[in-house]
Amino acid sequence: MDKFRMIFQFFQSNQESFMNGICGIMALASTQMYSAFDFNCPCLPLYNLAYGLGILLVPPFILFLLGFVLNNNISMLAEEWRRPQGQRGKDPSVLRYMFCSMAQRAMIAPAVWVSVTLLDGKCITCAFCTSVPVETLGNASHPRLSQGEIQRVLAQIPCREIYNGQQLIANEVAVRYLRCISQALGWCFVLLMTTLAFLVRSLRPCFSQAAFLKSRYWSHYIDIERKLFDETCAEHARSFAKVCIQQFFEGMNTDLVAARCHLPRKAPADAGEAAEKLLGITDQGTMNMALKSWHRCKPPLHLHPPALPTGNGWAGEGQPPTHLSAPQRETAAYYSWV
Amino acid sequence: MDRFRMIFQYFQSNSESVMNGICGLLALASVKMYTSFDFSCPCLPQYNVAYGLGIMFVPPVILFLCGLILNRQSLVMLEEWRRPAGRRKKDLAVIRYLCSSIMQRAMVAPVVWIVVTLLDGKCLICAFSGSVDPEKFVGLVNVSTAWAQQLLAKVPCKDDELMRNNTSRKAVSRYLRCWSQALGWSILLILIIAAFLTRWLRPCFNQAALLQARHWSNYIDIEQKIFEETCCEHSRLFAHKCILHFFESMRQEIKLHSFSLLREGEEAEGEEDLLRGITNQDQVNKLLKTWYYEKPPLDVSQALQRHPLVQERSPLPWADNASTHSNLPRHTKV
Repeated sequence: MDKFRMIFQFFQSNQESFMNGICGIMALASTQMYSAFDFNCPCLPLYNLAYGLGILLVPPFILFLLGFVLNNNISMLAEEWRRPQGQRGKDPSVLRYMFCSMAQRAMIAPAVWVSVTLLDGKCITCAFCTSVPVETLGNASHPRLSQGEIQRVLAQIPCREIYNGQQLIANEVAVRYLRCISQALGWCFVLLMTTLAFLVRSLRPCFSQAAFLKSRYWSHYIDIERKLFDETCAEHARSFAKVCIQQFFEGMNTDLVAARCHLPRKAPADAGEAAEKLLGITDQGTMNMALKSWHRCKPPLHLHPPALPTGNGWAGEGQPPTHLSAPQRETAAYYSWV
Repeated sequence: MDRFRMIFQYFQSNSESVMNGICGLLALASVKMYTSFDFSCPCLPQYNVAYGLGIMFVPPVILFLCGLILNRQSLVMLEEWRRPAGRRKKDLAVIRYLCSSIMQRAMVAPVVWIVVTLLDGKCLICAFSGSVDPEKFVGLVNVSTAWAQQLLAKVPCKDDELMRNNTSRKAVSRYLRCWSQALGWSILLILIIAAFLTRWLRPCFNQAALLQARHWSNYIDIEQKIFEETCCEHSRLFAHKCILHFFESMRQEIKLHSFSLLREGEEAEGEEDLLRGITNQDQVNKLLKTWYYEKPPLDVSQALQRHPLVQERSPLPWADNASTHSNLPRHTKV
């Protein structure tokens, strides 16, 4: 348990590591999705291209959007982008930094899908089997077929069991050819992506390193500030709820006392903690009434000050409530110094 | 648990160990990639060489670039190289040391790929089956050149109908595989000897300079890590202060506008203190709205001034004509 907590804390403390973790998980999920997906080429002339290219290009788009959705920082970016300026200026370089780092991470899973698809070869084989150069690869001595017939026969290349064009072009030859092209494309794609990543990473320190440090600091700041604000609000809500409920029970207690007119308000001093926690509700009927009241008529979201209703708000100063405005003005002046 | 934490801390503390770990992982990934890659030679005269050599050399380039990208020290080295000299001189020996250690680590995965490829043999068989001399093999002696080329191109494909039962196919295949494995083992031997010599002979040349370069490269790395951690810590404290100051200023605004009874001089109870004077739904809504519409400025100098611990700090410019330790209220325009 301790081990998990430590690993969790390590990832949480460093926001970038956490995002890298999610990025890695999505890349693995992408590979797993591909191997679990049951690829079924339709083996019909016009549908092959649509199916093959669809499987090649649509899931990466979905994964890219998913990469943005799963990234917590997207709402932070949107909020920072749309907020009114107020007393704090907006820095476009910070917004650009946040967007770039999110886009880079979101690109990894789609790139993995495209690479795995191309290196496997099924998609390209399905999509481009009708474009195989029959003249160079096929048999020269085959009966002349119309163009449409040739297309129909070639479209069945990915489906070995129904392929009947062995005289036109051997199935294995065509599949090997298409797969070779597909794998070459795949490796070139991976090389291109890696080179781009390398250039982006290595050219950055050569230009505007100081601006980069500034953007990174302030984007982390915005993130931490948002989290701390949420924590402070949660803390506040907790205290609010506690005081609200306490006042509710005290209110119930006061009502009971007013109704019965003879029970002491507080338990005797030596009654102990347990009696205090009972908050004056000590029998079934009262408890039921409290519960019913809680359900039927929740207290307003307005905490009264805990002083007695007739008591002096300025305890210790001895000033009557009628001179309320004067002390308040002084207090305001006290705080306005800072 | 303790052991795990110790190992974790050891790896974290020593950046070189982390780099070695990544280097090992990349080498393993390289082997795994090769075994899971479905090698299928096209068995066509013009395409075989391109495919075979492509599979042998393109992934190593990719792995090399990955090794550079994943290595944290490459960024450190680039920053050190490109930074203005400022008040700290640049030591080229340190940069050279970093560069050579990065290159050495990045070369491991590509070399592993090439060696595994050669020892397996499929790539070389695919690439060079068309370059074999047909005279050496019984089944190909009395065949025209063009046809021999076609047949040789199909050697890597065991299931091809032309070459399925051809004994020459197996002979050519074995011949090429033998060459491939010999090449693979030779390269491995040369590299190991080179690594061995480098490691053994290095102390004989300029050991002191090496120790210095290693120390300072480690230092630069650690310094950058600590700077980043300090910045994170600082931004956390900054945010904390900023938010507290925001809540305080909201509390004062509410006090200014409301006339409700409030206790001032007394010690607030725990919960009321946490409530920070915001005690009803409207006030909470106003606070949240203000947070969105008017985020507080990035300036906590006022918040620090109000904090009692800050009394010993240097006074702000507008407090010059008063005692720095005085907390007396004054009507000063802020």
